[in-house]
Amino acid sequence: MPKPEEVKYTKTHEWVHLDAEAAVGISDHAQHEMGDVVFVELPKVGQKLEKEKPCAVVESVKSAFDIYAPVSGEVTAINEAVTGDPALLNQAPLDGGWMFKLKPSNPAEGETLMDLTAYQDFVKQAAH
Amino acid sequence: MTCAPATDNRLSIEKSDPGRRGLWCKNPLRAKASVPAALRRKSPLRLPELSEFDVVRHFTRLSRLNFSVDTHFYPLGSCTMKYNPRFNEEAAALEGFAALHPFAHDTCAQGTLELLHDLSARLVELCGLDAITLQPAAGAHSEFTGLLLAKAYFEAKGEARNEIICPDSAHGTNPATASMMGFNTINITSRPDGRLDVEELKKHIGPRTAVLMLTVPNTLGIFESNIEAIAGAVHEAGALVYMDGANLNALIGMVKPGDLGIDLMHLNFHKTFSTPHGGGGPGAGAIVCRRHLAPFLPVPLVKKEGGKYISDFGDGRSIGKVKAFFGNTGVLVRAYAYMLAHSAAEFGDIARCAIINANYVRSLLMDIYPSYSKEYCMHECVLTPGEDMTSKGLRTLDVAKGLLDRGFHAPTIYFPTIVHEAIMIEPTETESKETLDEFVAAMKDIHAKGLAAPQSLKDAPHTMPVKRLDEVQAARQPNLKW
Amino acid sequence: MYIPHTKTDKEEMLKTIGAASFEELVKQVPSKFLWPKLNLPEESLDEAQSAVRMAELANKNCRPLSFLGAGAYERYTPAAVKAITSRTEFLTAYTPYQPEASQGTLQAIYEFQSTVSALYGMDCANASMYDGASSFAEAVRAAVRVTGRKKIVYSAGVNPQYMDTLKTYFAHSPDYTYVKVPMKDGAMDKAALPGLLADAACLAVQTPNFLGLIENMDGVADLAKKAGALLVAAADPVSLGILAAPGEYGADFAVGEGQSLGLPLAYGGPYLGLFSCKKEHVRQMPGRIAGLTKDKDGRRGFVLTLQAREQHIRRDKAASNICSNEALCALAATVYSALYGPEGLKELAECNSGAAAYAAERLSAIKGCALKFRGPFFNEFVLSVPGNAAKLREKILANSGVDAGLPLTALYPELGEALLVCATETKTEADILKLEAAIKEAL
Repeated sequence: MPKPEEVKYTKTHEWVHLDAEAAVGISDHAQHEMGDVVFVELPKVGQKLEKEKPCAVVESVKSAFDIYAPVSGEVTAINEAVTGDPALLNQAPLDGGWMFKLKPSNPAEGETLMDLTAYQDFVKQAAH
Repeated sequence: MTCAPATDNRLSIEKSDPGRRGLWCKNPLRAKASVPAALRRKSPLRLPELSEFDVVRHFTRLSRLNFSVDTHFYPLGSCTMKYNPRFNEEAAALEGFAALHPFAHDTCAQGTLELLHDLSARLVELCGLDAITLQPAAGAHSEFTGLLLAKAYFEAKGEARNEIICPDSAHGTNPATASMMGFNTINITSRPDGRLDVEELKKHIGPRTAVLMLTVPNTLGIFESNIEAIAGAVHEAGALVYMDGANLNALIGMVKPGDLGIDLMHLNFHKTFSTPHGGGGPGAGAIVCRRHLAPFLPVPLVKKEGGKYISDFGDGRSIGKVKAFFGNTGVLVRAYAYMLAHSAAEFGDIARCAIINANYVRSLLMDIYPSYSKEYCMHECVLTPGEDMTSKGLRTLDVAKGLLDRGFHAPTIYFPTIVHEAIMIEPTETESKETLDEFVAAMKDIHAKGLAAPQSLKDAPHTMPVKRLDEVQAARQPNLKW
Repeated sequence: MYIPHTKTDKEEMLKTIGAASFEELVKQVPSKFLWPKLNLPEESLDEAQSAVRMAELANKNCRPLSFLGAGAYERYTPAAVKAITSRTEFLTAYTPYQPEASQGTLQAIYEFQSTVSALYGMDCANASMYDGASSFAEAVRAAVRVTGRKKIVYSAGVNPQYMDTLKTYFAHSPDYTYVKVPMKDGAMDKAALPGLLADAACLAVQTPNFLGLIENMDGVADLAKKAGALLVAAADPVSLGILAAPGEYGADFAVGEGQSLGLPLAYGGPYLGLFSCKKEHVRQMPGRIAGLTKDKDGRRGFVLTLQAREQHIRRDKAASNICSNEALCALAATVYSALYGPEGLKELAECNSGAAAYAAERLSAIKGCALKFRGPFFNEFVLSVPGNAAKLREKILANSGVDAGLPLTALYPELGEALLVCATETKTEADILKLEAAIKEAL
């Protein structure tokens, strides 16, 4: 399972572990802001995702959040554990709380994403 | 079963005793019933088996767990929780109205048709517009009807317009309705004083704009002083101005929306016209509009012809039906009874006293609950917890729960979303000065006790039938039936 | 007028506010818009005068012995239902957004959802919709969302007003297609289904259908499933006292008009949309939903739940723009169902079936009249009449004060001259004989 510094982040608070099969989830900061996650809707295996387009939904008690694809690609696996136990997104956003895996169709897209330091700066700036 | 203890919180099904009954149907024609076995229900029907007294006691107990307008003051912003006159209920219950079948022949429905016709005429006059449909079942349903009307209007003109402009302070139903109808919603940021930015509006308006949806006064309780310029810009672009009538109580009898340049608007009878909320419905809505939109109104409408009232099915340009039958006529009967009780001048008193009440509460509380807006409000005001409270971790939700303990319903909270920690208070005109004084005292008490003992306020309510409820569990593992 | 303010109150309050006059408070409104002339009565009525006016209007509606049905059914409203729904703690409460102050309404909604789920044999139900038509339209919308398909197959027996409402809902989407399953002897022609269901989002069926006939739903859900379509079933809730429940024949969504559960006819509303579905579609349910949970002390309590789907949170991404339910009507239906219980509802349904069977027997024996269809029906049936059905109805109404039923010519021209005649449990043998005599006299 990836460490926070091994993944890349988006401005919409998703993380992606770039690989032949790239896992995607939400950042620890995002799960904290959302509060208790009560429901997760995942894309379907085989679905083709487009970078920055909504592909999943995370619901807290009072809010619903769209999850955007960090990079384009085809979904190869989904984490059914999180649909059964949405609290995993709160407890272990980078570990048991991964949402789905995809096969990137344009690996170059990953270069536009932030690393941990850049993301932490981004979050700090957004707070002001 | 022995008598139920006061704290008994069982479901009706848990009180069920097989073999008990509350009601019978003894029509001898039952013997003629003939339903082939293949079409019959095979699974058991899991409903409670109770005596009539069991049922009455069960639901009477439930009723006593509720707050209601009759028992508690509801300062709910944008909801206009005014007194629901008893006479309205009695009028609606008259057999002549209540027993009328929706497919009754027009000759059998002359009384109801006359009522709808007269109600329509009075509402059109109050709004300063030309035509009306009473078919929508509620506010959001009216919005839907209004946008359909706009769509039909532009289609008939051969114009392709697919954008709706909403200020960020709009009610959530506005963008929800627009999206449901396939429009693109354009959100515009309000100015710091809560008003629409005319220059910003002009940037977004154009040949693709269909409708500007505006709440007047807006959800901050502020009147759009630039309404003429706004309406002018919208009309110049060939688009329509829609007014969300949720806050009409601030204007009624005092300002005609039509004079402001509004092309179409909706009414909420369960707000402005005193019909009861019933714990979340039934309400009733209407769309009032200018002459050029009238041909597209849903059918049937009521028309007077040769001294008789008839259902008018229009000339084929109507958008069709938005609801089976005629709309929530039972609610409209109540609204009509309310109309009878008001002269032209008395309608103006509604707006006048609603505005005085809101400003009275605002002026007495703004020292400790800062007001979002620096100017006088219309029928509602938006306050916030002060820094002295927030620095102790006290939030709007805690103020709301503290009010419950003091015998007041909470105001509307966290809305409008553009105000951080909003507390939106609308007292309505039917509350007396004494009630408002008691409410102000409760708010001051919350402030004082909250600062002295923050944790106790965070744990509020303490005196209600239940404490704060686990909404996370409710949503994660939904238990929705017995 | 219902305003408590005396002149002194107003003056004192303005003084507290610090405003010299009311006009100062509304300075934000350009003065030319203030206080326009209103062409409304200069005097209001006092309550006694209003009572006279309302009674006068109510009495202008006539009260024929009515055999109208067609989606709205005459029922007796029990005194206990009226007593409970007029309790002001229910009547004048707001939507239960503050759960601690709304446990009564919330538990009542939960019991309503349970009642609807039980009647329809489904996994879950919502807190209600505006009426049967809006429930039907929302169910079809949900099926479209779930399947991502845009073809809607419906049986010709679906209430035409439901279809009108549905088409209005989808008016902005010209790419939706509607395919009608033809009728065979008044019921859905099941043999036609396999050819029609390909690529359909759903098959929407009503039973008993608009013409009163009970559809045989055996194997229908399988045909839909094979085509990847969902089954949307509309059914009258009282009929479910004896007829197969939608859950038994595999419906994905089941809806109905709850007026039938003891609500007044009231010229079309307020009514009550019943909406239920299979568990897997729970998050596709529009509107409000109450759920059972615990409070901090572990006590049972109720909240509105699954709210993130709703318009006030999701705004332009909401499943639906609906933001009110018909809570008070739902309460009435829940009390009505609890009073009858399972045995009572069966009895009520059988009385409907019996009254209609007797009416059909008597009326079809009138010379020139005949039952249009042979299939089994519930509480209404199509009666072919000689000559113009609408004119015949008017003549009977004028002569005998009996409304013989709804002329079908405009809605179903293919049926020829016919009336849809309904007899619920409120009709006695004597009533039916009176109708028989009235028709004979008019012919």
